[in-house]
Amino acid sequence: MHDATISMLSRQLAEKRLSSVEITQHFLSRIKALSTRYNCFITVDEEKSLAQARAADTLRAQGRAQPLTGIPVAQKDIFCAKGWLTTCGSRILGNFVAPYDAHVVERLNGAGAVILGKTNMDEFAMGSSNETSHYGPVRNPWDVQTVPGGSSGGSAAAVAARLAPGATGTDTGGSIRQPAALTGVCGLKPTYGVVSRYGMIAFASSLDQGGPMAKCAEDLALLLNIMAGFDARDSTSLEREAEDYTRELARPIAGLRVGLPREFFAEGVSPDVARAVDGAAAELRKLGCETVEVELPRMRLSVPVYYVLAPAEASSNLARYDGVRYGYRAPEFTDLMDMYKKTRAQGFGAEVKRRILIGTYVLSHGYYDAYYIRAQKLRRLIAADFAEAFKRCDVIIGPTSPTTAFRLGEKSGDPVQMYLSDIYTIAVNLAGLPGMSVPCGFDTKGLPVGLQIIGNYFREAQILNVAHQYQLATDWHLRAPAGAE
Amino acid sequence: MKWETVIGLEVHAQLSTRSKIFSAASTAFGAAPNTQACGVDVALPGVLPVLNREAVAKAIRLGLAVGGKINRRSVFARKNYFYPDLPKGYQISQYEIPIIEGGTLSILVDGAEKTVRLTRAHLEEDAGKSLHEDFHGSTGIDLNRAGTPLLEIVSEPDMRSAADAVAYAKALHGLVRWIDICDGNMQEGSFRCDANVSVRPVGTDRLGTRAEIKNLNSFRFLERAVEFEVRRQIEILEDGGRVVQETRLYDPGRDETRSLRTKEDAHDYRYFPDPDLLPLAVSERWIEEVKAALPELPQAKRGRFIRDFGLSVYDAAVLTAGREIADYFEAAARGADAKVAKHCANWIAGNLSARLNEEGLDIAQSRISAPALRGLIDRIIDGTLSGKLAREVFDAMWAGDGDAAAVIAATGLKQISDSGELESIIDEIIAANTRQVEDYRAGKEKAFNSLVGQVMKATKGKANPQQVNAILKRKLAG
Repeated sequence: MHDATISMLSRQLAEKRLSSVEITQHFLSRIKALSTRYNCFITVDEEKSLAQARAADTLRAQGRAQPLTGIPVAQKDIFCAKGWLTTCGSRILGNFVAPYDAHVVERLNGAGAVILGKTNMDEFAMGSSNETSHYGPVRNPWDVQTVPGGSSGGSAAAVAARLAPGATGTDTGGSIRQPAALTGVCGLKPTYGVVSRYGMIAFASSLDQGGPMAKCAEDLALLLNIMAGFDARDSTSLEREAEDYTRELARPIAGLRVGLPREFFAEGVSPDVARAVDGAAAELRKLGCETVEVELPRMRLSVPVYYVLAPAEASSNLARYDGVRYGYRAPEFTDLMDMYKKTRAQGFGAEVKRRILIGTYVLSHGYYDAYYIRAQKLRRLIAADFAEAFKRCDVIIGPTSPTTAFRLGEKSGDPVQMYLSDIYTIAVNLAGLPGMSVPCGFDTKGLPVGLQIIGNYFREAQILNVAHQYQLATDWHLRAPAGAE
Repeated sequence: MKWETVIGLEVHAQLSTRSKIFSAASTAFGAAPNTQACGVDVALPGVLPVLNREAVAKAIRLGLAVGGKINRRSVFARKNYFYPDLPKGYQISQYEIPIIEGGTLSILVDGAEKTVRLTRAHLEEDAGKSLHEDFHGSTGIDLNRAGTPLLEIVSEPDMRSAADAVAYAKALHGLVRWIDICDGNMQEGSFRCDANVSVRPVGTDRLGTRAEIKNLNSFRFLERAVEFEVRRQIEILEDGGRVVQETRLYDPGRDETRSLRTKEDAHDYRYFPDPDLLPLAVSERWIEEVKAALPELPQAKRGRFIRDFGLSVYDAAVLTAGREIADYFEAAARGADAKVAKHCANWIAGNLSARLNEEGLDIAQSRISAPALRGLIDRIIDGTLSGKLAREVFDAMWAGDGDAAAVIAATGLKQISDSGELESIIDEIIAANTRQVEDYRAGKEKAFNSLVGQVMKATKGKANPQQVNAILKRKLAG
């Protein structure tokens, strides 16, 4: 059952061969059995999940079911879910029970999906390995000595280990796509503004975007159908007509122009990854696509630009965690300033503090123009590079991450090396484009490689189409890690 | 040395919207602590601001009223600092590009009209309140006010005295109420002033070092604080010292300003555009809609009062201090000529205002309606009532005895203007006071006054004094 895709489970629910309670129970027992091995979840609440499953079965019995009714979906612990502990991977929110639902949660609940639990993540989504979580690192199901990527590492590992048929994630600089790549699952970051950020705890507001994670492109489309949509409570949410993201899945992709950015295959990419991505490009050509070389000359600036803008926004977004109204407060302090200092010193981990410091610095008087303003200008130029490239192609492909999963602790002492693991994903966030990662092979150690597919604005349906057609021709996405059978 | 005072004001006007600037919570004053603070106001994780367009419309109203430039695109920025009553750790404000730039406000000081230029007006959110009482050793936080929309209206340093500053503050206070964007309640903090005060030797152009004075929640405090501060700065300079740039707090109890913080410990607010809010776009059409709904503005009305009713600049200014008083005057003076209008102006600014003040009423709550006051004035014009009698009738009307006609009918309070009746009374007085008549004819003016007094006594004060004078003079001459 746990190897089944969401669309298969949905069909079985529709045919009354399975109930939501049975499916939910099955995944909950797998979580119970395997949670210590992978540490995917921060919170599991069987009673809450089963109550939702029973309600979903009732809906179905009444003939009011939708495609996702009864499907368990794991929620990244960055999404507020009413009555659920919502920690964002941080000690500072270690006691925060959300009093309201995020838009994404509200939509999935409204569609009858079951919250399977809250998944582990890098603290405040700041990390590329899931090692910055206050709740301990997540293990990569393909090799528990390696990281699952981050920040949506818990969601990615949960899908990879077959502990959840699908999950939500968020992606600020690659936080859906990079862990998807490192754990051999699929993940999609929509165009900025497609999924409401309401109730999604902010890291860097102008970059954050929620998206689905699952085993295959078709499942991503089903999840995105529910997660996307205008929300007046998010001023950056785009008021557009609802789309059916499955509508282009079956379309043949012969004749499609696939751009290969020269910069994606330059130094830094590991030979195993390059080989797998080359293989994927060959496969797409076999399906009738035409591959063209494109250039993204300023992509190399995306990491420094990102590490000015994202910390700047984060330094301000995280100011609300001050111990005054909710969350962690240092038990002992002498005065207000001491309370602030101790609360934040004890409540935040090292990586979060590093980024708050960087962000505070770049926004400071006298440095603002040199860092923040320049970074904003470069951000626009990076977006312009993509616009130029999309004149010559329909979609862009390349590696999602320069390497496969690295070992726990391997990069945690070297932030710059860690930051560079998002070198291929960050530019997409800076430009606000949709991007996704799908499995496209394995390295010599048997660790999965991810293929990144980047679309033009609002062309989620098109990249899903490419991914789906690729997955009809290949079976990388069907492989499960040993031990997760 | 002679010193010149230079003052600029920053006014925070609370915009009278029903809900907050970035959330749907109510802005009503006086609710139990934290009952009007929703998730956005409390800054829960994950919440986002959504701009209240009504607050923007009110800012546009001010922009139009002062003839300022309404920016078609303005930007909300975050002003970052930690304070317990600032839930997000930043205040959303407008920094580099405010919604309104420029504009002017004219003020009247000692009979002379002066123009104060505005620098800008920008939208921002208010903070909550720290409550230091009742929490032994701790501080309570009330977030009801957090997120209340404010329009910060900044003037150029165009004022030269405390009187200028008060006149400007009053004019602005009148204007924001006139165009219905702020209730102007200073006790509740709906209209708050900060004053930037500096002095410089007369004849120099360079501005002196300024002090920003906070906590001026009445016009009187504004006046006292500026006066104190000017004295303080002049004393420092005359003693050879230097004024420090700082923020000072006015203490009404001691009637002095004292240092709150100096420039050295000023915050670095790390302003940057708020990524949660798109730049605010104001369309031509929106401005036209707001313009169409705007009432006649005080300045236009003032001009019209002078033109149509022949009022003096002073009277026109008094009668346009607020929309209610102007409406009242217009209703009373409907169709009036200059003479009647002058009477209306005098009665409204005089007796009526005095009575309203005594009872703490607004003019809209007056016990005498504008048409009723006009009825009284008409009786003065047609000679039925003398000024003295009119005041008595006014008092009766105020007490609820009906309109002027009813009071006159009921009490007989009316002038004897019937010359036949007066002549016979005067004949009797002349006949009974031969000595005074002789004295008068012998050139003693005093004797005439005595005769007038006798007539007034005989008529119980109801005789028309001019008429009595004229008849007496004629008869004594004859």
